[in-house]
Amino acid sequence: MDNTFIFAGFGGQGVILAGKLLAQAGTEYGLHVTWLPSYGPEMRGGTANCTIVLSDEPIGSPVVDTPTGLIAMNLPSLDRFEKAVAGSGTIVVNSSLVARQVEREDVRALALPLNDIAASLGNPRAANMVALGALVKATGAVPLETVQRAVTTMLGHKASSELIEVNKRALAAGYEAV
Amino acid sequence: MGADTIDKVLMTGNEAMAEAGIRAGCRAYFGYPITPQNELLEYMSAHMPQAGGAFIQAESEIAAINMCYGASAAGVRTMTSSSSPGISLKMEGISYIAGADLPCVIVNVVRGGPGLGNIAPAQGDYFQATKGGGHGDYRMIVLGPSTIPEATEHVMLAFELADKYRGPVMILADGMLGQMMEPVVLPKPVDPATLPAKPWALTGAKGREPNIVTSFYLDPEELNMMDVKRESRYRQIEEQEVRYEEHETADATVVIAAYGSVARIARTVVKMARGEGIKLGLLRPISLWPFPYAPLRAIADRVDAILTVEMNAGQMVEDVRLAVAERAQTPFYGVLGGLVPTPKDILREVKRYAG
Repeated sequence: MDNTFIFAGFGGQGVILAGKLLAQAGTEYGLHVTWLPSYGPEMRGGTANCTIVLSDEPIGSPVVDTPTGLIAMNLPSLDRFEKAVAGSGTIVVNSSLVARQVEREDVRALALPLNDIAASLGNPRAANMVALGALVKATGAVPLETVQRAVTTMLGHKASSELIEVNKRALAAGYEAV
Repeated sequence: MGADTIDKVLMTGNEAMAEAGIRAGCRAYFGYPITPQNELLEYMSAHMPQAGGAFIQAESEIAAINMCYGASAAGVRTMTSSSSPGISLKMEGISYIAGADLPCVIVNVVRGGPGLGNIAPAQGDYFQATKGGGHGDYRMIVLGPSTIPEATEHVMLAFELADKYRGPVMILADGMLGQMMEPVVLPKPVDPATLPAKPWALTGAKGREPNIVTSFYLDPEELNMMDVKRESRYRQIEEQEVRYEEHETADATVVIAAYGSVARIARTVVKMARGEGIKLGLLRPISLWPFPYAPLRAIADRVDAILTVEMNAGQMVEDVRLAVAERAQTPFYGVLGGLVPTPKDILREVKRYAG
């Protein structure tokens, strides 16, 4: 079974990092993984997205037409990718910034106030981690503990232990919000 | 976590190719920044000094390839990398390297073109890589990796082939392969001291006759002799170094011919098509020169169509048509401008020729 995800948002909302973290967790979990960024001349305030494929089998295309999961951190991302999501797929929407509902009725829509949840944990910038926690709970792609361990693998050499703990707590908060 | 996953490292294609270069015993890397290849250069800047090798960010691409000429003449495994416009600048140097019979590995992380183009993935440099690019009668082994693990293997292989046949070898990647991440098992490092001796190298002529490394022979008879000798090596390469992969071709009525990133997208298309009862296969050239003409010809005798898919206006398709001639239809589907075809895009094309 392939899990195919698109994470999208404004540049600076951390969708690229959240995607890398899921890719690292998938690697540590023994899955085949691809992580493909949109890497145009993007900048803070522009849009960014990445595509992650997790599979038991060797992966063909890292390019995905119909993702089984979407994280939409802002309205342009929801507008752009909602129609592409596979039937019975999952959409995590950042309701802190997105006023509208998911229109599709054949998907599981999780509207969560990601910025507010992150702010309540003391770091509003961890909204991306809240989203990722919710997505792994809803899809069962990889265990929460594996993602939390991957935070240490990826950031351990450059981030403070406090920052790592905030990220892990944000992952757990997203996980519990579903 | 299985035991086989422990040594897997999640890396971008650019980083993985750089690390593979160091592990292949490369101890002299010269480059100049250009997107989407920059992470390769950046990785080398951090890790080549740790391996005891030379890293120089040259003043230009032209300088970098000529530094490779010098390092290779001295017997060192050497490498450079760039992206399309930068590779064009290196072409004169590549011709000199071929003319001087020097081993060298060149990575091209191809981007949209022509001209400055853009920084998105493309395959528009196939002609340049496989049909010349630089001046004169030379050929260059060209490898077209499809995944990051394969790109890693190809860097190791490229150094072996460059030394064996004494000539430049190119890895023809693209922006997608360079920028994406995938877990890789890194190859065992090669100790440069254990590599076969290079008796032709300029290592100091004390106690022996001086070696001469040059591509300059004023006497036509002499140049002819050097060229003919080199040509015989090219014939040997054509006989021994053709690499390709067939996937689900045994009962196929339509076969996709694709290389590099497009080939891995096409693998997914094969699965989708077969789910719909379409007997689709894939032939993936791995060595782009020497090109797998014979395997394509063999497949052409038993299928209706060979659909070539590329991220260009139709370049490899000329080699496919040369191989297939009138044996089967040889349609082409290409996307330009740095766009990447999705599995659905390709499947739609396949359906025009299936059944």
